[in-house]
Amino acid sequence: MTDVSSAVPTTDSPDTPPAQVQVVAAPARGLRALEIDLRLFGMVVALAAILIGFGIVTEGRFIQPVNIVNLAVQSVSVAIIATGMTMIIISRNIDLSVGSLVGVVGMTMAVLMTRTLPNLIGFDHPAMWIISLAIALALGGLMGGLQGSVIAYLGVPSFIVTLGGLLIFRGVTWAITRGVTISPVDPTFRLLGGGPRGSIGGTASWVVGGTFCLAIVGLLTSGRRQRRRFGFPVRPMWAEVLVGTVGCALVLSVVWVFNSYLWPEGLVRQYAEANDIVVPEEGLRIEAGVPWPVLVLIAVTIGMNFIATRRRFGRYVFAIGGNPEAAELGGINTRWTIMKNYILIGMLCGLSASIAAARLDGATLDLGQGYELYVIAASVVGGTSLAGGIGTIPGAVLGAFVMSALSYGLSFIGLQSPIQDIVAGTVLVIAVGLDTYNRRRAR
Amino acid sequence: MTDRIPLVEMRNIRVAFGGVQAVDDVSIDLYAGEVMGVVGGNGAGKSTLMKALSGAHKADSGEILIDGKPVTIATPRDAKPLGIETIYQTLALAENIDAPSNVFLGRELMTSWGTLDDSAMEDATRKVMKRLNPNFAGFKQPVQSLSGGQRQAVAIARAIHFNARVLIMDEPTAALGPAETTQVRDLIRQLKSEGIGIFLVSHDIHDVFDLADRISVMYHGKIVGTVNKNEVTTDQVLGMIILGKKPTEMTQTELAQLHG
Repeated sequence: MTDVSSAVPTTDSPDTPPAQVQVVAAPARGLRALEIDLRLFGMVVALAAILIGFGIVTEGRFIQPVNIVNLAVQSVSVAIIATGMTMIIISRNIDLSVGSLVGVVGMTMAVLMTRTLPNLIGFDHPAMWIISLAIALALGGLMGGLQGSVIAYLGVPSFIVTLGGLLIFRGVTWAITRGVTISPVDPTFRLLGGGPRGSIGGTASWVVGGTFCLAIVGLLTSGRRQRRRFGFPVRPMWAEVLVGTVGCALVLSVVWVFNSYLWPEGLVRQYAEANDIVVPEEGLRIEAGVPWPVLVLIAVTIGMNFIATRRRFGRYVFAIGGNPEAAELGGINTRWTIMKNYILIGMLCGLSASIAAARLDGATLDLGQGYELYVIAASVVGGTSLAGGIGTIPGAVLGAFVMSALSYGLSFIGLQSPIQDIVAGTVLVIAVGLDTYNRRRAR
Repeated sequence: MTDRIPLVEMRNIRVAFGGVQAVDDVSIDLYAGEVMGVVGGNGAGKSTLMKALSGAHKADSGEILIDGKPVTIATPRDAKPLGIETIYQTLALAENIDAPSNVFLGRELMTSWGTLDDSAMEDATRKVMKRLNPNFAGFKQPVQSLSGGQRQAVAIARAIHFNARVLIMDEPTAALGPAETTQVRDLIRQLKSEGIGIFLVSHDIHDVFDLADRISVMYHGKIVGTVNKNEVTTDQVLGMIILGKKPTEMTQTELAQLHG
């Protein structure tokens, strides 16, 4: 990094405060030219370190594709809600009800798919999955909006309202079936849960990866053209190329990992028999590719990041978190913004519940239990400030991956779950402590 | 002046906080191209009166007329379309977002795709800043990392960029150094010459005497009197602020005590 940055004459834009320029060392200046969020970059490094660390400890078994794929799918439910929680925390609120909301929505859907809908439209109806998903989103949004209206319009603190929600929704979950586990869900719906069948396949995965690479190049180009149009400083060409190359390489290597995960032999044999395919001597090689839930998470991350950074609503959420009074005086309808924020996280809970129920192939009484803590931890580890006003969507998703990589890795090397909790708790406090220290020093 | 319709007319405004009558039956008017100084001690009701006009705090009773037509101002969202802009003493900036986002807060420029047009907003902000504070730098960083003068410039830019007709400035120079104070004073004169009506709320009697055409003095929630600057002395206005009496009602001994 050092030699690259010293080859460039100067990258200090007039926007850079002079006080900081003096103390920045050459490598850091190179990073600044790249205009990469240093905190996000740090989290990617931390995640890589965790994966490699467990890989070394387990002599490579941990970083086999099957584990990475499992880890990714396992993180999805928490990561999806963490994107919404980040927006909630940025606006100086909190939502403790997410886990219970997942429970109540998941249970409702399972009942819908096993009892209600079959009577109405018949078993194995092709539209069953989409009707259920739509109901899940609507129900989640409704419950979120209910809490949001009490918070925004009646002024009851969000901590209390959603603490009430946590208890109420868990109680309702029990009441729906008196605690009975409901299974199975619709077969198409089950694809949302991942697994070899719930993945899009090798070829489709390469297509998705290729599309993303094109999108990265397109975004970099249009962003540069946009800044040129107004005559603003742009980053040096080498930085653009480096960002683009690294981005595409990252996307393609992720696809490669997912494609390295092959269908297990038993499933291949079943599939071959069902489709009258003769399995050759060396076995049939079917690449699983990107699991559907991971694809959903990617879409949610992009969508939520778009809402947070490119839409008015996102700007207002940040403004409210920075200074609620100023936001109101600036003419923002702060109450409606807060309410929308809770509708949004409610819908994300509905989506998360769908994926969790699909993965479980049903719903149990404790579906989503404890999610609130993992979600808040993911968001905060991902750089969201509990004081409000600061946070990023990709950070929250990375935070969810870091937390689940830790717990997955620890259970992989055979540590019991209480020990995992001790480690997770310690990491949470250390991560936030370091972040607070860095932020104070940056002042 | 009396023949023209006032730009702003506030009639019999009352605002109470609990049992305290913060603004008690106050009437005040403002003409285009005029600077009206609003002065008074702490708790006299100056800021509350102005908040009733900016929509930050709804008046309990009374009328507000713009160009002679009655209007309802219940929230800041009502005031802005009427061309009423406010620079608050606290600046009311969202500290965590950058200058262009603050300038356009609540009135963002959008692309035809329905997304925030940050480049256009940055461009417009750069243009406003050329006029307000040519040394301004830091368009891309949170405003909390800017200096006091730069933050003030952001707050002013937000008020004047949208073709304000009425500008409320609450202690605009209270937190500024001498150079920046001069800058703000020059700006007020310039805006006045452009025909904007300005309410200048201030503790600083010299500021007010320097800039205002008329001065309204408030005392315990009421208007003591409104005077033409050219017809009074600073001592007389000071007497109105401290004693709550019109110059004609003050005795020589009372005036003498002011200096004691």
